Amino acid sequence: MELAKQARGAESREGQPDLPPVVLTTADLSVHYALQGSALARLFGMRSATVKALDGVSLEVRRGEVLGLVGESGSGKTTLGRAVLGLAPSAGGSITYHTDHGDQVVSEMSRRQLRGLRTNLQMVFQDPTAALNPSMTIREAVGHPLVIHKIARGRELHQRVNEALERVGLSPVERFAPKYPSDLSGGQKQRAVIARAIILEPEVLVADEPVSMLDMSVRAKILQLMLDLQEELGLTYLYITHDLASAKYVCDRIAIMYLGRVVEIGPTAEIFANPRHPYTKALLKAIPEPDPTLSVPRDLPRGEIPDAAVPPLGCSFHPRCPEAVAQCGWESRDLRALLEQHWTRREPGTFEAEQDLVGNLDALDTPSTTARLAGDPVQVGELLERIRSEDPDEPLWLGVDSIGDVGGQVQVDFRDGVDPPLRRAGGVDVACVLYPDQDA
Amino acid sequence: MKTLTKIWQTKGLARYMLLIGVLLTLVFVVFAVFAPWIAPYDFDQIRADGVRFPKSSPSSGEHWLGTNDQFYDIFSRVIWGSRTALKVVLLSVVFSAVIGVPLGLTSGFIGGWLDRVLVFLMDAIYSFPSLLLAIVFAFWLQNSLNGADLAPPFSWILSAFGAGEMAAALSLTAIYVPQYFRVVRNTTVAAREATYVEAARALGAGPFTIMRKYLFGNVVQSVPVIGTLNAADALSTLAALGFLGLGIQPTDAAEWGYDLSRALDNVSAGDLSPALWPGLAIILLITGLTLVGEGLNETLNPTLRRRRLQAVRFGPKSEVKA
Amino acid sequence: MSELIDVAAGEGLLAEPVLSVRDLRVWYGTDRGPVRAVDGVSFDLQRGEILGLVGESGCGKSTLGRGLLGLLPDGAASDGELFFDGTDLLSLRPRDFNRLRGSQLGMIFQEPLTRLNPLMRISEHFSETLKVHEKGISKEEIKRRSLEALRVMGIPPTRFRAYPHEFSGGMRQRLMIALTLVVRPAFVVADEPTTALDVLVEAQIIRILHDLRATYDTSLILITHNLGIVAEACDRVAVMYAGKIVEIGDAREVFSHPQHSYTRELLRSTISLRTTGLNYIDGAPPDLVEPPSGCHFHPRCPDAMTVCVQTEPEPRVLPNGTRAACWAADLRSDVVSLSAEDRAPLVREEIAVADEA
Repeated sequence: MELAKQARGAESREGQPDLPPVVLTTADLSVHYALQGSALARLFGMRSATVKALDGVSLEVRRGEVLGLVGESGSGKTTLGRAVLGLAPSAGGSITYHTDHGDQVVSEMSRRQLRGLRTNLQMVFQDPTAALNPSMTIREAVGHPLVIHKIARGRELHQRVNEALERVGLSPVERFAPKYPSDLSGGQKQRAVIARAIILEPEVLVADEPVSMLDMSVRAKILQLMLDLQEELGLTYLYITHDLASAKYVCDRIAIMYLGRVVEIGPTAEIFANPRHPYTKALLKAIPEPDPTLSVPRDLPRGEIPDAAVPPLGCSFHPRCPEAVAQCGWESRDLRALLEQHWTRREPGTFEAEQDLVGNLDALDTPSTTARLAGDPVQVGELLERIRSEDPDEPLWLGVDSIGDVGGQVQVDFRDGVDPPLRRAGGVDVACVLYPDQDA
Repeated sequence: MKTLTKIWQTKGLARYMLLIGVLLTLVFVVFAVFAPWIAPYDFDQIRADGVRFPKSSPSSGEHWLGTNDQFYDIFSRVIWGSRTALKVVLLSVVFSAVIGVPLGLTSGFIGGWLDRVLVFLMDAIYSFPSLLLAIVFAFWLQNSLNGADLAPPFSWILSAFGAGEMAAALSLTAIYVPQYFRVVRNTTVAAREATYVEAARALGAGPFTIMRKYLFGNVVQSVPVIGTLNAADALSTLAALGFLGLGIQPTDAAEWGYDLSRALDNVSAGDLSPALWPGLAIILLITGLTLVGEGLNETLNPTLRRRRLQAVRFGPKSEVKA
Repeated sequence: MSELIDVAAGEGLLAEPVLSVRDLRVWYGTDRGPVRAVDGVSFDLQRGEILGLVGESGCGKSTLGRGLLGLLPDGAASDGELFFDGTDLLSLRPRDFNRLRGSQLGMIFQEPLTRLNPLMRISEHFSETLKVHEKGISKEEIKRRSLEALRVMGIPPTRFRAYPHEFSGGMRQRLMIALTLVVRPAFVVADEPTTALDVLVEAQIIRILHDLRATYDTSLILITHNLGIVAEACDRVAVMYAGKIVEIGDAREVFSHPQHSYTRELLRSTISLRTTGLNYIDGAPPDLVEPPSGCHFHPRCPDAMTVCVQTEPEPRVLPNGTRAACWAADLRSDVVSLSAEDRAPLVREEIAVADEA
């Protein structure tokens, strides 16, 4: 079954001098979550760690566009979607919704005011089963927004629910309306969720992984439905996903997010044709393609997403970055990772011999540009030399300022790191020191 | 609707429990409703046709189960006692639920200091020995309700149910509210994190709407089970109160626990009859209610139940022509 | 220490297969009748090969995976033949089957935490596993094998005495793989091992699984719904639909020249970086209690013919080497001849837009 390809409006819009008006702005938005500390900590009232789910995100969303928020877990994309809707409290910065009647600062609105905003900003959720109340029929569920906001009753309500259901393809209406969510399939439930979201005729729709829990054969249908609705109703989308492939097809602009920040943002075509940030490049390489000529990618970034409660110094991506340089923010934890990688590469015997040399490495877990290793300075120094000769291209060495003997211990001093903000580089904005700030 | 179908379709142990429990309870319901027609005498009747009833007499033609030491007909007392028992228990369960469920829902949803205070209060009541609490309430209410001047609808309830029964019911209510509160509150705390509740918030629903439409239906599933098990427990507490003489007076209504306490002298004299029948009634009705409760529990909470295994018979290997 | 096995998948075809499945059926009992989760599956697994098992939800791939390991829940019954090392596993007593599992038959599941005891250190997990399956193994040997397994998986030896919860998701999955492989099983079933992981970590794990045969002589059955992973990492692929294998063959061949209509449609509906148009498959997967007559895919198949409703297609090896059960494929490759009446395109019932999975 073939669907007509949508002409992506972005390309035609890009060259034009008059861009559509901005409908949503976030300025340096931050959202923090307090981590539940250990029981003991709570007992003594000690402050537990906070996680910066969003760490200063500034975005502009224009009317009628589809902006993709792409990232892995911990990137903050879901939090951003919720914050825009007023469902997550902001710890800093602001969210402004621009209407024809003036600006409304979402981040400062009370709960009551926010409820009024719901008619304009709506959400489609990832899990269609969880997003529908199991004790409400589809008709009740889809019509409920109109009831809540006292927009329609009785006959008119019935009518409008029918219209919404028809629009999303759940027809004949009487076949689906009286059913409960448990009687419907995944795709059908998601259509119901979409119907519920559009019945208020909103302007902006935040779609949080709308098809990731659906089967492959259905995803295209639902995505096409969303694109059709965008045309018919003039919607603006915030499309949140970890799947770059669907983002490529659906989005006009894409923002790549990592650990609560936007690391690259620009028009879809540019991002894919010429990815700049090393993380973006890695994501593109890692996407498994059903292309028989391709094989398993080999040169992927090492490691995993770091703990968001204590992010890496400098640029958050530097411990994994294959293109890191001297000022990326090298620190003691990277030294520990270096040692562990060395031992992982070598035979187990090497680890046993060298482990006693450096003693307990837990001291390195406190992030600092100064790292101390216990043990005989001469032998530790030799160890570090050995490690360096095994892999001279390891970017960490670029960040080392000096290695010296301080108080009977080896001290490694790293250069101070830089946490790069987003800056212009060609057709996109990128947060990476490899692309120098043209204004600086 | 779906729940009723589920109940209808139960099989195995749950079905038998439900069946027996419902039957037992039904017997006493019939007794209660049709008491004036089934019982040969009134519950406080001590004479008929001008002739006083014998005292502690064995079963005879006029008195099928004999009489007790207060000249009452045992059979009639047992029948009328059903009415009392069910009235009081029904009232107390309804009151407890009507107070406990909304409190639990609100407390669980809103959280904060309200939740903390309520949980503390409810836990305090719950940890108090229930019989003691019931006694305290019984003492207090007995005096205040007699001849009390209440506004409708309470006055209607009072006249329909009688002051003595009302007092007993209220004493029981106090003990059982925490049970409903706890269960509903805990389920609400878990349910409020569900995606569909967040979706409701995203739609712009206010807290009352969320509690009413999105939480209520999904958290009250355990309430019927608690209600029936509660009723069984309430009955035994009522009987205990009556046994101690703190319940309903014999002249107000027939109460099995009271009759049981009066029958103690008979028992030591070797006459079991006045104790046997009220005692049996108490046991049977409690058992009946408990079976209904446990049967419902097995039906509505499938996680506690193993899926019934159906035997699989393999058909022929390949289908050639349809 | 590491033994390099020089067996390319092709060479293996001449040797005895590790696993031989013949007409395997796994049916569940329900009130409505038996659910035919796996309905007549036959294939061989060669030594050292990676076989991908793909399909959408409800196709039976997970059930098949568990059926191969004898891990079916109560209420499920198996039929057919499952030959491993000369023995029909289905004829074994549960006790004997259990003994094989873990030492000869390994498993990797989607969520590793279900397998790891939170109160035991990693070292204790390894020693427990090794002691159970290799009686009389010495402490030094346990430590040596464990550290070696960790090394191959890229887990630093400094973590040897850590607890499971101290590992991140990707590390835990590596740990699970290490624990599975340390006893050197003959074959491993991996059921959606990377579905819960992030993209970059997923790629790392898939690479590890792909490189397994360099270090261990283990065959791998990789169950997933992600076609991209299968294309990159697997030697052969089996596509499942409604409890049957509809196509099986060399991964490259199947992906570049799909024979079965479902395979073709599935590939077309997959959204990849090169997608230029959104495609989907009409309709929803069939009811497994009363599947459609003939070929189970015919209600949704754009190539359906009259014969497809009446007669179930037999799996045939086609000229390009893949085995497919499809009348249209047979016709195209001139492997059968059908009458004009049989070849007539099927007039299908209109499928509503919202009739979907």
